[in-house]
Amino acid sequence: MLTIDNLHAEVGGTNQSRPILTGLSLSVKAGEVHAIMGPNGAGKSTLAYVLGGRPGYEVTGGTVSYMGQDLLAMEPHERAAAGLFLGFQYPVEIPGVSNLQFLREALNSQRRARGEEPLSGGEFLKLAREKAALLKMDMEMLKRPVNVGFSGGEKKRNEMVQMGILDPAFAVLDETDSGLDIDALRVVGEGINAIMRKPGKGVLLITHYQRLLDYVRPDFVHVLSSGRIVRTGGPELALQLEEQGYEAVA
Amino acid sequence: MNLATLPTRKLEDWRYADVDALARVWPPAHGPERISVRAGDADRMVITGLEAKDGVALREIEITLWPGARFSLFALVHGAPYARLGIKVELMEGAHFELGGVILGSGDQTLEIVSDVHHAAPDATSNQVVRSVLAGTATGSALNRVRVARDAQRTDAVQSIRAMLLDRGASANAKPELEILADDVKCAHGATVGELDRQALFYLAARGLPPQEARRLMLQAFIADAFVAGESHLAGHGDVARIEQAALAALGALL
Repeated sequence: MLTIDNLHAEVGGTNQSRPILTGLSLSVKAGEVHAIMGPNGAGKSTLAYVLGGRPGYEVTGGTVSYMGQDLLAMEPHERAAAGLFLGFQYPVEIPGVSNLQFLREALNSQRRARGEEPLSGGEFLKLAREKAALLKMDMEMLKRPVNVGFSGGEKKRNEMVQMGILDPAFAVLDETDSGLDIDALRVVGEGINAIMRKPGKGVLLITHYQRLLDYVRPDFVHVLSSGRIVRTGGPELALQLEEQGYEAVA
Repeated sequence: MNLATLPTRKLEDWRYADVDALARVWPPAHGPERISVRAGDADRMVITGLEAKDGVALREIEITLWPGARFSLFALVHGAPYARLGIKVELMEGAHFELGGVILGSGDQTLEIVSDVHHAAPDATSNQVVRSVLAGTATGSALNRVRVARDAQRTDAVQSIRAMLLDRGASANAKPELEILADDVKCAHGATVGELDRQALFYLAARGLPPQEARRLMLQAFIADAFVAGESHLAGHGDVARIEQAALAALGALL
């Protein structure tokens, strides 16, 4: 579904850019959940942004193939329309823009790009209500401006409601577990399973901690260090990391 | 406005004006429109565009608000190569004036909203909100003055001027101005000039919105500030919907 081959990328700065990804290779098949763990500065968020197509993140080598397409040649909104979802580590606040209005326009833009009929207001509201309930989020919050005045946990929950509404084929979730309390972590974990644990879908779960993996059981765990995958294993690798630390394992 | 002589850019209120264009139509065919709202009455005006002659659209309005009167003016300044809306307001005791102005410019347009709001007596309030979106090499100016007379105690005047530049060559002038002679007053004023938040644009794109739609959504939210007060003042008249529609259509030309 997603094949990353020898990916090199750097983050462009005003005065100098520095290499962050240094030959990362990874392959996720449909129906699989892969977890990526690694110390601070290993390049986890850079990987997420490169996959999402964020400006300023420059690919200097390697390829990414997504469902047979050259992902890196696509614009961010085209990637979304092709079914890729990027869950932000720090969801952005957008004053004045209502969550529901933005999501409806986003969903309908995606549908139009895929040649599908746009959803009516009523159909969309029904869908939004259903997904908000799944993530135990108050519908009133969805009417407010995007993420404005939301706590860290509410922002992450909102990311998952958005994922539920957009129903992507592939999700890259960048530290979706950070900022969540224990109860919210369980709700979010169950939400990820409900939305993404399906035969035709794939997930790349970027996390610092093993705890989320208790709820969303990965098929593979990769350790990212200095911009490349240094070790790959099953769910037991996450437990070993938690016990012994990155230095001992990687 | 003195109709005998062509204004020059040495005059503060005409400092950013397109005086060459002005010369083609000067002197104007008539003096300013005069509006007077009787004590305790309320009135409103919605301007969705200014009529142009030889590429110049000038509209001057002088408003007198008698004690306890209220007046709301919502205006969209766009379209003509040079357009200027000039507003003079005189507020008597306890009167209220509301201005919601939107400037939408592209190409090499010069667009202006220039106001002079005089709190002549105590307990009057005013609220002026101007939002400008400028593309190309357009220039948009919001010069909003509040004057508070010596005995106009407990004046409450708010000015909020913000501009969004879409292209490198666009210019915005945002100038709230205060002249306060009374001592017990509240006069809030703010002015900002900026560009669209790139992080927000990427966030919207990552959810599937094409760049043009993402910009439209953010700019729509930005200019909506100017119409917020209208939601309550004009409720039931459809005027807010009318000017928002006109603003959205004009915004489309900028994207």
